[in-house]
Amino acid sequence: MAKLMMKGNEAMALAALKGGCKAFFGYPITPQSELPEYLSRYMKEYGGVFLQAESEIAAINMVYGASAAGVRVMTSSSSPGIALKQEGISYMAGSELPGVIINVMRGGPGLGGIQPSQSDYKQVTRGGGNGDYYCLAFAPESLQETVDIIKEAFDLSDLYRNPVMIAVDGLIGQMMEPVDVDKEIKKHKISEKDWATDGTMGQRERRIVNSLYLNTPELEEHCIKLHTKYQKMKENEQRYEIVHGDDAEIMIVAYGTMARICRSAIEILREQGILVGLIRPISIWPYPEIAFDQLSPTVKGLLTCELSMGQMIDDVKIANKGRLPISFFGRSGGMIPETEEIVEAVMKMRGGLVK
Amino acid sequence: MSKIVFERTKALTDNEFSYCAGCTHGIIHRLVAEVLEELNLIDQAIGISPVGCAVTNYNNFNCDMVQAAHGRGPAVATGIKRVIPNRIVFTYQGDGDLASIGTAEIVHAAHRGEKITVIFVNNAIYGMTGGQMAPTTLIGQKTSTSPFGRTIEQSGMPIRMSELLATIPGAAYIERVSVHNPAHVRKAKQAVKRAFQTQFDQKGFSLIEFISTCPVNWGMTPNKALKWAEENMIPYYPLGVFRDDTKEVKG
Repeated sequence: MAKLMMKGNEAMALAALKGGCKAFFGYPITPQSELPEYLSRYMKEYGGVFLQAESEIAAINMVYGASAAGVRVMTSSSSPGIALKQEGISYMAGSELPGVIINVMRGGPGLGGIQPSQSDYKQVTRGGGNGDYYCLAFAPESLQETVDIIKEAFDLSDLYRNPVMIAVDGLIGQMMEPVDVDKEIKKHKISEKDWATDGTMGQRERRIVNSLYLNTPELEEHCIKLHTKYQKMKENEQRYEIVHGDDAEIMIVAYGTMARICRSAIEILREQGILVGLIRPISIWPYPEIAFDQLSPTVKGLLTCELSMGQMIDDVKIANKGRLPISFFGRSGGMIPETEEIVEAVMKMRGGLVK
Repeated sequence: MSKIVFERTKALTDNEFSYCAGCTHGIIHRLVAEVLEELNLIDQAIGISPVGCAVTNYNNFNCDMVQAAHGRGPAVATGIKRVIPNRIVFTYQGDGDLASIGTAEIVHAAHRGEKITVIFVNNAIYGMTGGQMAPTTLIGQKTSTSPFGRTIEQSGMPIRMSELLATIPGAAYIERVSVHNPAHVRKAKQAVKRAFQTQFDQKGFSLIEFISTCPVNWGMTPNKALKWAEENMIPYYPLGVFRDDTKEVKG
């Protein structure tokens, strides 16, 4: 199909509809409000339910309910709103309920600002809710990639019976790009929801959706079962892109909008004969550790670039396993660096490596 | 030859109740279950368990059950009812769950006129966590976090949820009942029936508030607790129908 020129938030909303989303519950917050606005207009055409909740807390619990009823459901918000949703996300993970959560990230902490940021990395990848759980989390860099991942996210969420989070910075929500919303994506084999509490209708045994296990050995057993599932995600869902992996001396590690700025910097540096490459995590949980295990022997150092004061760098350190020196460049509070700032950061690191 | 004169309702499982002796949760569970059976709603019912003493009542109601986070029952019920509107959805909530942490969810569910039924159990105390003050604790009542008795200066007046919710146009049926004696138990059952019928008829939001007891945390025998509820709670929480829009003819 022909490409459409769309705003990020609206493209994400349409992607959800194309991905089979049949219910949306949310609460307005900048910079993602065009997403619920779009769905409030078009959800009905797709035979789904749109409801603006009284709060983010209510919204995620409505998602919990609709998911328990066996329906493909999503919510979207931005950083402070996602913080409020963490309780419900933990309950979803504990009750093994699918659901897609889009986080259009803005600067924090607190009320922070409304400009693009990646300062929710830890919230997204480590969970802000209680307990031993993870969300499958993706951080795409373009609208096409975002649209494709959202469509697949509904499948993945059903497949693993686990919430999936899409974490994009505010820039991706607000910018316009051409997208093909009908592009074929990877299909997964999803089994029937034989756990959904949609009323027995006298046809089956009753079901319970629950995350409470007062009996300690039972809760441990449940946590082990979840852990096994997370291990499976680690084996199957690590996603990343490598740019100039063959000859690079320095590999930048960046995702989302920051990765795009780094691509421009890499072009400039390569014109000057400076061999720089990029590791671009697409899944941020599970973190694509395997990308770091197969780096070319030419690589002498890693430069982590983030729209934060340094959060993903902890995962870079884990994935690096102490092999290479690691530097960091970041801008925070909604500030977006110029390409030259990345060029400078590479040059500075390179100077240090030569010594 | 003996004959069966009484049976457990089919809407309750064989699981034992986890409640303390003398607590009225058991009676209230049975009333809800009997109504589900009598209205032939068990197969299409989905219940929402709260956080509090009734937290594990998903083991007791013999229909699909979903356990909700503290106070969020009405939001969870909304999510279910909106995507499968031809089912019967009910929440079961205590006073901490509904009248404290979940005030936003209950007010807005009523406000939207969600076609759900809420069973609200008010025993003026947090039972599960060991007898702390509830938003419905009476003035002067001693609890583990109001050891000298609740005061207006410190905590305000006890909140009357039925009266508050009855001001909301989306609420179709609101009644407060008690189960301190057999006559009131029978009356309470009729109220529960009205509430579920309201939902079945798509009339809107329905809520039944039960005046309940907590012998253990009130420090009373079961009989004395029932008497205390009658003499102290009912004067402040009067029984009756606070809103009934079910008879309104539309158009």
